[in-house]
Amino acid sequence: MMDLFNILVTESFWAASLRIASPLIFGVLGALICERAGVLNLGIEGIFVVGAMCGWMAVWLGAGLWGGVLVAALAGGLFGLLHAFLTVPLGLSQHVSGLGITLFATSVSYFTYRTALPNVSSPPRIEPFQPMDVPILSDLPFLGPVLFQQTALTWLALLMVALVWYVMDRTALGVALKAVGDNPDSVDAQGLSVYALRIWAIVAGSAMMALGGAFLTMSAFDAFFFGMVNGRGWVCIALVIFASWRPGKALLGALLFGAFDALQVRLQTEMGALVPGQVFLMAPYILSIVALVIAARSADYPRALLTPWFKGQR
Amino acid sequence: MTDTKVLKLNGLSKRFGPVVANDDVSLSLNRGEVLALLGENGAGKTTLMNMLFGHYLPDAGSVEVADTQGSLQALQLGHPQAALAAGVGMVHQHFALAENINALDNITLGSEPMLSLRRNRQAARAKVEELMARSGLTAPLDVPVGRLSVGERQRVEILKALYRDARILVLDEPTAVLTPQEADTLFASIKAMTKDGLSVIFISHKLREVLAFSDRIAVLRHGKKVGEMPTSDADENMIATLMVGAETPKVTRQAATPGTPLFSLKNVSVSGRSKRDTLNDVSVTVHANEILGIAGVSGNGQTGFANLVSGLAVPSNGTLHVHGEQIAHPTPAAMIEAGIGRIPEDRHHEGIVGAMSVAENMVIERLHDPEVQSRGLMRREAIQANAERLARSYDVRGPGTDAPARLLSGGNIQKLILARVFERSPRVILANQPTRGLDMGAAAEVGRRLLEARNRGAGVILISEDLDEVLGLADRIMVIRDGALIEAPNRNRTQVGLMMAGEPA
Repeated sequence: MMDLFNILVTESFWAASLRIASPLIFGVLGALICERAGVLNLGIEGIFVVGAMCGWMAVWLGAGLWGGVLVAALAGGLFGLLHAFLTVPLGLSQHVSGLGITLFATSVSYFTYRTALPNVSSPPRIEPFQPMDVPILSDLPFLGPVLFQQTALTWLALLMVALVWYVMDRTALGVALKAVGDNPDSVDAQGLSVYALRIWAIVAGSAMMALGGAFLTMSAFDAFFFGMVNGRGWVCIALVIFASWRPGKALLGALLFGAFDALQVRLQTEMGALVPGQVFLMAPYILSIVALVIAARSADYPRALLTPWFKGQR
Repeated sequence: MTDTKVLKLNGLSKRFGPVVANDDVSLSLNRGEVLALLGENGAGKTTLMNMLFGHYLPDAGSVEVADTQGSLQALQLGHPQAALAAGVGMVHQHFALAENINALDNITLGSEPMLSLRRNRQAARAKVEELMARSGLTAPLDVPVGRLSVGERQRVEILKALYRDARILVLDEPTAVLTPQEADTLFASIKAMTKDGLSVIFISHKLREVLAFSDRIAVLRHGKKVGEMPTSDADENMIATLMVGAETPKVTRQAATPGTPLFSLKNVSVSGRSKRDTLNDVSVTVHANEILGIAGVSGNGQTGFANLVSGLAVPSNGTLHVHGEQIAHPTPAAMIEAGIGRIPEDRHHEGIVGAMSVAENMVIERLHDPEVQSRGLMRREAIQANAERLARSYDVRGPGTDAPARLLSGGNIQKLILARVFERSPRVILANQPTRGLDMGAAAEVGRRLLEARNRGAGVILISEDLDEVLGLADRIMVIRDGALIEAPNRNRTQVGLMMAGEPA
């Protein structure tokens, strides 16, 4: 027990939690935007891969780091547009379309990677985002290493939480987005376009998801590997329910998952002799299932989630 | 009232596939006038209004709306935006409200610049409050709409239209979900607003309120306008005849002496998930030769009561007796076995299996019957013969007994259910909203069958939101309110209405 306490008070543990949470924050926010508008986007796992691959490749081909981020977001948005086209005006099954997007986006990314680098065994590295050293602040005890020695992308993730919260809670656009996910007729009857709102929400949400992928190749690591997304997208789909579609809770959920993940790595090294390592690897997933079971009971689903809407049919 | 025209519909036509919903309908509306648009279900009232509001694009015809100066301008069709801009507001029968945002946001939705990062809530709130004061229609503005009552939601809907400076207000069956008193208050507010120049079209098939509150009446039948007159020249019989195209047989009830108790509940409670399916300490007895009418505003426990009687809900305490025998573990099968016939509220989803044939649906509640199956194999010929006989005697029309039941019209689905239920001569009949959405002819048929069953000795439980229907058919009236059943002391329309609204009678 003493060990656990010792882990929980270290700066490096909390810094790692935030680092691990960063891609999830992007992912949950992206899923949140789509679902608030009434569309489930199971393309998230594939869009993570696309973001990871495109961001990294753009930098490898000579773009700046922020250029890479932009390319990743655009690529994610493009796949979002495909999902939007299939699920909004055509009204196809959001599950089928989303899973299709994941399979398609993943394969296209791998294919592009292999075509560009046919004979490479270890992927070429880029110079990733470096931890920012904010003068004075980063020297603060505890908070300094946890908050102020993160990379710019982690900061972008936190900024996005604030931005999404502000838009959802304080702007007319946010009100319309929430309304279109609850009862599209309410939006239509007031002369707004249900299709436009939903399509743009999916595109924006997908771009956000791709940033989560980009974080992996441009901040957490410095190269693109097959299988590196490793279910992070699916975790976000669960976390958004845990968050009850609220940006603040989304941040909390992502941090919680990050903390569990950081904890299991440390427990593995401390207690690896006693318990097989796989048990610790499972821990964050098991704990997120438990958290989900508790939170999902009171979850307030957007009422129109999964329901296609067609103009002129009421 | 002046005779300035504010709206003209010229020769509007609309067809959906082979169905002609509106055929060359012309209509006009004067400033400050209340026009009632009447017709049976499927007569094309809602389609007509949806064309006016831009939800549907007409196949032919045009619409002219007066601008602020009072001169008629052609309206761009097929665009709700254009209708809103021209001052036409519509309140749909199914509210178009987002329940996760508050009333103020619902009202201002779409009238703010979308991409601005700041919102001017003070000005919007001031305008809405001013509208509430002027119209007498009030609702809490800061609570998510999902927590408002039905009456409040409807007022929010109307405020939405007024906020957009509607000069013409279209109300689609505005009183369907209101108590009689709420309805009267609503019409009083509308009358007051017409003095300020608002013009109103309301769709209804309640003749009483049409005669009481409209200035002029237009009647549609089969998509055509078949009559138009000042309300002062109209009477109930004349309008009913216009709507149906023939005299409707009036169902008349003769008094009967109730017999032995058939079905009784003692202190039964059902804990449901919401107010709709929750019952609190209900005691009631239904006798032979008796129709028990249960009146109430929808969502007050009717679903819970119906679930209980059909075995879908298990009481959390209390006892349930059918024919003097206690049923400890009610299941749908046990209740059918005990002789309870069920006419469900949602006939499309709970009354039939849409993908199965009409013939199969007619025997679906007695699949273990040797007449229907032997050793697990369906007896096709017997089922078919049964279906043809029932279709004839209950006048079930449609593409044939082999066709999927979902292809039948609402009225014919109800006749199918009646055939299935009455054929087994049930001792207790649960009829939950049996005439909702039916035209007058079909509704009269349902009433006649219920009375027939009661006359041959059955006990009938009639749950209805239509107080006039309950008053017309029931031998005894109870009111359901917040999951509790209260006996109505008399058959006075106003008193029962007050009880429905939760006020002491």
